[in-house]
This record gives sequence, structure tokens and C-alpha cells, in this order.
Amino acid sequence: MSISREAMFRRRKAVNSIALALSLCAMAFGLVWLVWILVTTLTLGIGGLSLSLFYEMTPAPNADTGGLANAIAGSFIMVGLGTLIGTPIGILAGVYLAEYGERGWLSPATRFINDILLSAPSIVIGLFVYAIYVAGTGGFSGFAGVIALALLVIPVVVRTTENMLRLVPNSLREAAFALGTPKWRVIMMITLKSARSGVMTGVLLAVARISGETAPLLFTALSNQFWSLNLNQPMANLPVTIFKFAMSPFKDWQQLAWAGVFLITMGVLALNIIARSVFSKQPG
Amino acid sequence: MRHDLGDAIFLNLTRAAAFITLCLLAGIIVSLLVSSWPTIRTFGYHFLTSSEWDPPANHFGALVPIYGTLVTSAIALIIAVPVSFGIALFLTELSPAWLRRPLGVAIELLAAIPSIVYGMWGLLVFSPIFAQYIETPLGATIGRIPVIGELFQGPPIGIGLLCAGFILAIMIIPFIGAVMRDVFEVTPPMLKESVYGLGGTTWEVVWRVVLPYTKAGVVGGIMLGLGRALGETMAVTFVIGNTNLLDNASLFSPGNSITSALANEFSEASPGLHTSALIELGLVLFVITFLVLAASKLLLMRLQANEGKPS
Repeated sequence: MSISREAMFRRRKAVNSIALALSLCAMAFGLVWLVWILVTTLTLGIGGLSLSLFYEMTPAPNADTGGLANAIAGSFIMVGLGTLIGTPIGILAGVYLAEYGERGWLSPATRFINDILLSAPSIVIGLFVYAIYVAGTGGFSGFAGVIALALLVIPVVVRTTENMLRLVPNSLREAAFALGTPKWRVIMMITLKSARSGVMTGVLLAVARISGETAPLLFTALSNQFWSLNLNQPMANLPVTIFKFAMSPFKDWQQLAWAGVFLITMGVLALNIIARSVFSKQPG
Repeated sequence: MRHDLGDAIFLNLTRAAAFITLCLLAGIIVSLLVSSWPTIRTFGYHFLTSSEWDPPANHFGALVPIYGTLVTSAIALIIAVPVSFGIALFLTELSPAWLRRPLGVAIELLAAIPSIVYGMWGLLVFSPIFAQYIETPLGATIGRIPVIGELFQGPPIGIGLLCAGFILAIMIIPFIGAVMRDVFEVTPPMLKESVYGLGGTTWEVVWRVVLPYTKAGVVGGIMLGLGRALGETMAVTFVIGNTNLLDNASLFSPGNSITSALANEFSEASPGLHTSALIELGLVLFVITFLVLAASKLLLMRLQANEGKPS
């Protein structure tokens, strides 16, 4: 009797230790990839870095020199405009869900759909813009890329804006209402203002997400080997350029692709870290 | 009076923005349906059952890309689910409090790395190592067992379905892990402490109390990861091999997924049936991911609704 109880106790202890050891391994497994990818990006990316990266155009195969200037400029323009278009729509929709969404069918339905769009394949967004815009206007263009990126910004901003507005205590709103402030001014001056840093976090995370997006740009902005700031023409951008160069057999193209990967990874990680520190500084 | 006007304008502005978001989904489905109508009319359901993808002959069957998408996502889930569970278990029960946040952030950063970085790293750095140290031993051991061995035969070239599934697993671990961690944290401490009080081990608390309590949320998190894996494009395109020929069951062989077919062929596709067929592929992908993500959302909502109720 006591022997079997002892054995059972030992078995339970053993199962527990094995499970916990495996959990530790799982954690290590997760971290290994982060470290490995970062180390690769750093070592191979820094090797390709040079000043000419920022002022020379993407080269033809086996050209002597070349940079990524047009791709960097194109990425900045498209990400910037995409954010400028997507953010206001996202914030307004988030405000509706948090402040007006108490009753009716619109807000639960929008919340549900928005959460699905948040994880929907970005390549489908690219196809959508192709179908409604590119196919109609007859050509790939920077502006189509801007639309695709803006559509990717909206769900991220809607989600964070709503969550952040919900954190604002109701007593703040009630105090403002008691002074006779109309609702729209309460939202603009009180609730949005006190949720400012949270909303900013959402926007920064959205920027981080779209700066690395490749798939939706393949069918919209395409790419361009030359310097072009014309939004009605195909526009160069970092992700698609990396895709093209990395798949190529030319060593100098691959070198440039690693440099581009380095720039994008550092940019995206920096944005993520800034977003987190902005949010943690929020008072209360 | 002026106040009323301001309020009315603002309300309608925000409502319109919410409505735009809502319409986006319908817009995507309708526009993809319209653009893929030529192939839907020409091939009907044979599009989904035929494996012959022959652009010059204008014949399109999507079985190979659909198979590739499903198989790579399945591989990703088989690897990612236990690992994510381990990570969530570590972060909620084992980790010292001061390590919890940095480790959580590190895992979240893994999710922030753009997929093109995974792709390039996967193709140029990871796949040769994968071929030598994982595929070769797998082929030499499991590959010799009848039936199951069929999956692990053939030349270990690194690039193929198995490698794509493995990289997808790395990419979805942060998503599944974060959801699992969040739902584990909503388990009422009272429940856990009562089992600890009875002498239960940490493992028994997690396996017999936390997991049953958060079942719906855990499945929701897995579905979310599956949704991500199905729609992931660039990483898969780099390492899957991109061929529409698939004549054996081996996971070592290169293949194609819906997303990689789109990424590779779209810009070179001639207008007409080829483009239409690719858009129909996108439609198929969107419908599958929509169903998976909706199921995930419903399961997570069910867990939320139970929060705070006596169980």
C-alpha cells in the first residue's frame, strides 16, 4: 500500500519535472529563432551597408555600383501616404465603436469584421486593390500601393483606438458632460486626448506592420528600377526589391538585398520598441 | 443648436468610418468574385479538383496550390501548437516575475519581423542547414518505415513543403503563444490554488484545471495561428520551391501554395483566363481564412462571455 503510494507520488513528480523541462525547452526554442535571425541580419546586412546605398539607384545585374535610393524613397512615400489616409478612418471608426457603439447592429458587426480583417491575408488586400483599381486604370502604380497599405492600416488603428478609449474612466466623460460640453467636443478634447499615447502606439504598430509588407505591393505598386516619384507610375519599394534581388542568382544583388533586409528589420524593430515605450509612459 | 449640429456631423462621420470598415469585407468578396467569374464559369468546381495548371493551354486546376497551402499549414500547426503551449506555460507559471515581461516582448518581436526577412533567411541560411541536419536524418530513420516513410523520402534538398511548414511554424508561434498566455491568465486564481492546496503539481494544475477552463480560448488561438499560416505569402514563396508538379507524397519535394503561386505568377500573367484563375485562387484562400478566423473569433468571444461567471 505505502509502496504503491510512494511510487505514484514519484511518478507524478517525474511527470511534472519532465513537463516543466519541456516547457523551458519550448521557451528556448522560441528565442533561438529570434536570436538567429537577428544575428544573420546584422552580420550579413552590415557587410552590405555603405553610403552609396542611400544615393545610388538599384543597379542592373553585374553593374559595378548600385544602391537602394529609389526603393527607400518609394517605401517612405507609400508608407507615409498610406498611414496618412488610413489613420483618420481608423481613428474615427474606433471612436464610433467605443463611444457610440452601445446599441444597434453596426458596432458589433464592425468589431467582428475588423478583427477578421486584422488577420486576413495581406495578399488578398493586394488582389482586391488590383481588381478595383489597377485593372480599371490600366496599370500598376504607386497610388494603388498607397491604397493597399492604407487598407492594412485601418484594422490595426480601429482595434487599438477602441481598446484605448475604453480604458478612459467614465467619470472623466461625466465631468465634462456635467459642464454642458457637447459630446463631440468631449470626445475630441477629453477622451481622445487622454488616450493619446495609446492611439499613437496603435499608429506606430500599424506603420511597423506595413513597412515590411511585400505581398500587397506585388500587385499594386510593382517595382521600378529607376528613380520615380510619380504616383501614377510603378514605384520602387524596399520589400519588393528585396524579393526580386534575393531570388536572383547575382551576388551583388543578394548583397543589396541583405542590406535592405537589415534596414527594414531594424526599422520595424525600432518602431515596435518605440511604440511599447510610448505606451508604458502613459500616466495612469 | 450649434452643439446639436456639431454632434450630428461628428456622429455621422464616425459612423461612416465604421461603415467603410464593414463594407471592406463585402467589397473584397464581391470584387474577387467578379474578377474571377471567367474561370468560375469555364471550369466550375473542376478548378478545385484538377491538378493540371497549364497557362499556355489555358487550363487551370488549383489542386496543387491548395494541397500545398493545407499541408504546410498542417505541418506548421503540428510543430507550433505544443511549442506555444510550452511557452505560455513557462510565461504564466514558471518564469520569475521580472523575466516575464522581457521574454513576452521578445516573443512578440518575433511576430513583428517582416515575413520577407523570414523568407530570405529561410532560403539562404536555414534551408541548407535544414536539409543536412533535419531532412537527411529523418529520411534515414522514419523514411524507411513503410507507409509513414512515404512522407519522408526523396532527395533532401532543403527547399520544399516540409521546410515551408517549419518556417511557418516559427512565424505563428508568437501569435498562438500570446493568445494562450492571455487566456491562461484569466483562469481564476481560486481554482488553481484549490488544486495546489490538494497537493497537485504545477503540471496537474495546468493540464487538469487551466487547460479545461480555457479550452475555447486555446482553440481560438490555434485557429488564429492557422489563419495566419494559410495566408502567409513571402516566407513560403521563398522556400516552397514553386513547382506545380506534384507526383509523390513526400514532404521533401517542392510544391506550391496558393500564396506563392500568386506572388510568382501574377505580374507575368496575361490578362484573361490566367489572371482570372489567379484571382480565383485568392478568393478560395480568402474564403478559407475567413471561415477559420471567424471560428477563432467566436471561440474567443465565448471564453470572454464566461469571464466573471461562476463556473
